[in-house]
Amino acid sequence: MNIELRGISKRFGAVLANDAISLAVPPATIQGILGENGAGKSTLMKVFSGFIQPDSGQILFDGEPIHIASPADAIRLGIGMLHQDPLDFPPFQVIDDFLLGRPGGLIPDRKRALREFRELSARFDFSLSPEARVASLTVGERQQLEILRLLWLGAKVLILDEPTTGISQAQKEKLFAALRRLAAEGMTVFFVSHKLEDVRSLCGRAAVLRQGALVGAMEAPFDDERLVRMMFGKEVPLAEKTRPAPGKKVLTIKTGAIDSLRLRVKDVNLEVRAGETIGIAGMEGSGQDLFLRACGGLVEPAGGQFCLDEDERPMNGSTYHDYMRSGVTYLPAARLEKGLVPGLSLSEHYALAGKPRGVFIDRAEAQARSADLIASYNIKGRPDSAVESLSGGNQQRALLSLLPSASSLILVEHPTRGLDIESTIYIWGKLKERCAAGTAILFISSDLDEILQYSDKVLVFFAGKVSPLIDTESLNVQKLGELIGGIGWETLKEAARA
Amino acid sequence: MRDSKSTRLVFGAGSVVLALALTTAIIALTGNDPIAAYRNIAQGAAGSPNVAANVVVSWVPLLLVVSGVLFTFTVGLWNIGIEGQITLGAIFATWAMRLLQDSAMAPGWVIAASIAAGILGGVLWALLAGALKTFGGVNEIFGGLGLNFVATALNLWLIFGPWKRPGVASMSGTLPFAERLWMPTVSPQSRLAPVPLGLALAAIAIAFTLLKGTYFGLRLKAVGRNPTSAYRLGIPTWQHMMLSFALCGAFAGVAGAVQVTSVYHRLIPSISSGYGYTGLMVAMLVNFSPAAAAPVALFFAALNVGAIQLPIVLKLDSSLAGVIQGFLVLFVLVGNGIRTRLLARRKGAL
Repeated sequence: MNIELRGISKRFGAVLANDAISLAVPPATIQGILGENGAGKSTLMKVFSGFIQPDSGQILFDGEPIHIASPADAIRLGIGMLHQDPLDFPPFQVIDDFLLGRPGGLIPDRKRALREFRELSARFDFSLSPEARVASLTVGERQQLEILRLLWLGAKVLILDEPTTGISQAQKEKLFAALRRLAAEGMTVFFVSHKLEDVRSLCGRAAVLRQGALVGAMEAPFDDERLVRMMFGKEVPLAEKTRPAPGKKVLTIKTGAIDSLRLRVKDVNLEVRAGETIGIAGMEGSGQDLFLRACGGLVEPAGGQFCLDEDERPMNGSTYHDYMRSGVTYLPAARLEKGLVPGLSLSEHYALAGKPRGVFIDRAEAQARSADLIASYNIKGRPDSAVESLSGGNQQRALLSLLPSASSLILVEHPTRGLDIESTIYIWGKLKERCAAGTAILFISSDLDEILQYSDKVLVFFAGKVSPLIDTESLNVQKLGELIGGIGWETLKEAARA
Repeated sequence: MRDSKSTRLVFGAGSVVLALALTTAIIALTGNDPIAAYRNIAQGAAGSPNVAANVVVSWVPLLLVVSGVLFTFTVGLWNIGIEGQITLGAIFATWAMRLLQDSAMAPGWVIAASIAAGILGGVLWALLAGALKTFGGVNEIFGGLGLNFVATALNLWLIFGPWKRPGVASMSGTLPFAERLWMPTVSPQSRLAPVPLGLALAAIAIAFTLLKGTYFGLRLKAVGRNPTSAYRLGIPTWQHMMLSFALCGAFAGVAGAVQVTSVYHRLIPSISSGYGYTGLMVAMLVNFSPAAAAPVALFFAALNVGAIQLPIVLKLDSSLAGVIQGFLVLFVLVGNGIRTRLLARRKGAL
C-alpha cells in the first residue's frame, strides 16, 4: 500500500507543531521519522493514528483520501500505533489484554485467540506466556504483546513511537528482526526515534523533522553528519572525556545482599570514591534498579554492610532521609511520578527543596532564587510554570537544579532516558561539574554508549549476579553487550582474581 | 475556550442556575409554590435579628469543620471520620464539664477546660484514623466511616448508661449543666455567643495563613499532590499526614465542644448534627480554597436555618435545604469536570 501524508498542519495555541508536512511512503518500507524532542514527530503520528485531528491536510492510501476520526477508525483502516508507554492493562493476563479491543461478539472466543496468539508469537520468536500478568512483563515484552495484538487486529501499517527506549539490547534485536520481517512481507512501518543509530541500522528511508517542519528526507545508506545537521541545524560535539583523580571513600558495600520477590542480589562488594562516575549496566530487571535504591536507603538491604564516607559509617536500616542528611541524593527516571510534584510551580519546588528558615514563605526570595537556578540550568520555563508543563529535558534539568549544592553521592536512574542529544550533553555536563567538585555518581542506563562515554568504571548485573568494577577503558560496546547477556563472566572472574 | 476568570465565572454561575432550576422543578412537582418556598427560606434565615443570630450560631461549627478538612484535603486525604471527631470532641467536653461542674473553679475556666478536652477528644479520634491509615493500611475513608459508627455508639451508650439522667434515660440527652456554666451570650435572650464565633473566625484565619503562606502548607500541598516525590524532596510524608489529621481533629473537637457548652448545654445523641458531612461539601464546593470557605459556609448555614420553618408553613420537609446544597455541589463539580475536559481537548491532550 502506498501511503501519502499531504500538507498536514496542526497548531496548539502559539506552537505550530506540524507545518504543512508532506511525505510519501512506498509499500514494504521501514520509514524512520527523526527529530529531537518537540520537533513534531509525535503530533504527526498522533494525527496519523486518529488521536488528534489535523487543522488541515489529508492522508491518502493508494491515492484514495481516507478520514481517520478516532483510534478505533485507524485500526479499522489497518493503522496500528505502538506508544512509547504501551497502552495495555497491567492487572490483566496477557491473553485477556490480547483479546481486548477485538470488535464483534459478546463472548470472546478464548480458545481461538489463544491458538492464534501462540502462532503469531512463534512466528516472531517472542516468548510470552499467555497466562502471565501484564504487570509482570518488562517494557520490551509489553511492546511485543502490543505488536502481536495490533497484527492480530489486522494492522497493515505499524507506527512505533520511540520503541527502543527502556528495552534491553537483546529485546531490541528481536524487535528489529520482527520489523524487518514485517516489512519484507509488504507492511509499512513508521519508526519514530531520536536515536540516529537505531534509524541507521533499521530503516530504509528517513525523514527529519525540526520545529514542526519536514527539513529533509534520505534513503539508506545514510550520511550521519548530514542527518545530525538536519536534526539540530548544527553539529553537536561530544564532550572530551576527563578522568578526575579519585578522592576519599564515599560509599562502601561489603557482601551486600538485596532481596525481592523475583530476584536475589548478593555478594556485592563495592567502593565508590569522591569524583568517580560508575555506570551500572544490565538487562532490565537484573537487579540493578533494586541495588541503586538500596544505595540510597529506598530499599532495605537483606544483608551485608552499606557504609558511607571515609570512616565507613554503617547505614543499614537507615531511611532515605538519613542518607539525604549525609549528602546522598536519588534522581529517579520517572520524573513526574517520583521526583517532581505535578501542580506545584518551579519556585514552589525550590522553596521546598531549599532548607527554609522561618515559618512563612519568603516569596520574593524564592522568586529570586528560582530565576537564578532557571538561568544557570538553562531551563525553558518561568518560576511560576507548573512542572508538568515543562518538556522532558527541562524536567530533568529542573530535577538537577533541585540537588543540594553539597552532595557527596548522586544516584541516577537513566539520566538521559527520552532526552535528545543536546539535552543529554547538557545534563552530563552538569553532572560532570559535580564530579569535578568531588561528588561521586552512580548511574543505571540501558544505553551502552552512554555508559561507555561517561563512566570511569562499570558494574554489570546479570540475573542478580554482580561483576567486580571494570575499568571502562577495557570495554567496548561488543564486550559490554556480551557481559549484559551473560557471556564472558568466567574470564571476568579470572581477571579479578589475577 | 480559554482558561480565564471569566470562563470560570460563567461555569460557576451556570452550575448555580442549574441547581436552582432543578430544585424549583422538584418543589413544583410536589404541588408547592417554589417562590413561596424560597421566600420562606429567606425569611427564615434573615427575617429577624433572632433568626439571623441563629444562622451565625449554625455557621460556627460549620466553619470550624471546614477549616479542619481543608488541611486533610490539602494533604490528599478524605477525612470522612470528621463526624466521629466532632462527636468525640463533644463527649470529652461533656466529660470535663461533669468532672469540674461541682468544683470551685470559676465558670470561665471550666468552659475553657471543657473546650480543651474537646480538642483532645477530636485529636485522639483523628489520630486513630490516621494511625489506621499509616500503620494499618486502612483507607482513611473506610477507617473514618467505621470510627463514625463507633463514636455514635459510644455517645449513645454514655447517654443511656453511665451519664443517663437521674430516673429515666432519654433521647433528649444528659441532664443540662448548671446555667452558670453555659457559654455567655451577647444578651440573655440570644443564643449568639461571641467566644465560639471568635474561635471559628480564628480557625479559618489559621487555616488560611498556614495553607497559603507557610512552608508547612506548601509541604502539605506537595504531599497531597505526589507523596512519592514529596518524600524524595526530603519531606517526612506520613508525619505530615498525621499532623493534618491532628489539626483537623482539633478543629472538629472545638466544634463538638461548642455544641455542648454553647448550644445544647448537654450531650445529645445527634450532637454532630451532620456538620461534618456538610463541611466536606462546603470544602468541595469552594475547591478547597480557604478564602471562599467562610462566605459559602455562611450561605449553607443560612439554608439550613432558613429551611427549619418550611414544614410548619408550607408542609415541605426541611431537608429541602440539603437538596439545594447537594445539587449545588454536584453541579459545580460536574461543571468543573466539563470545563477541564474542554480545556484538555483544546490542548489536544485527549
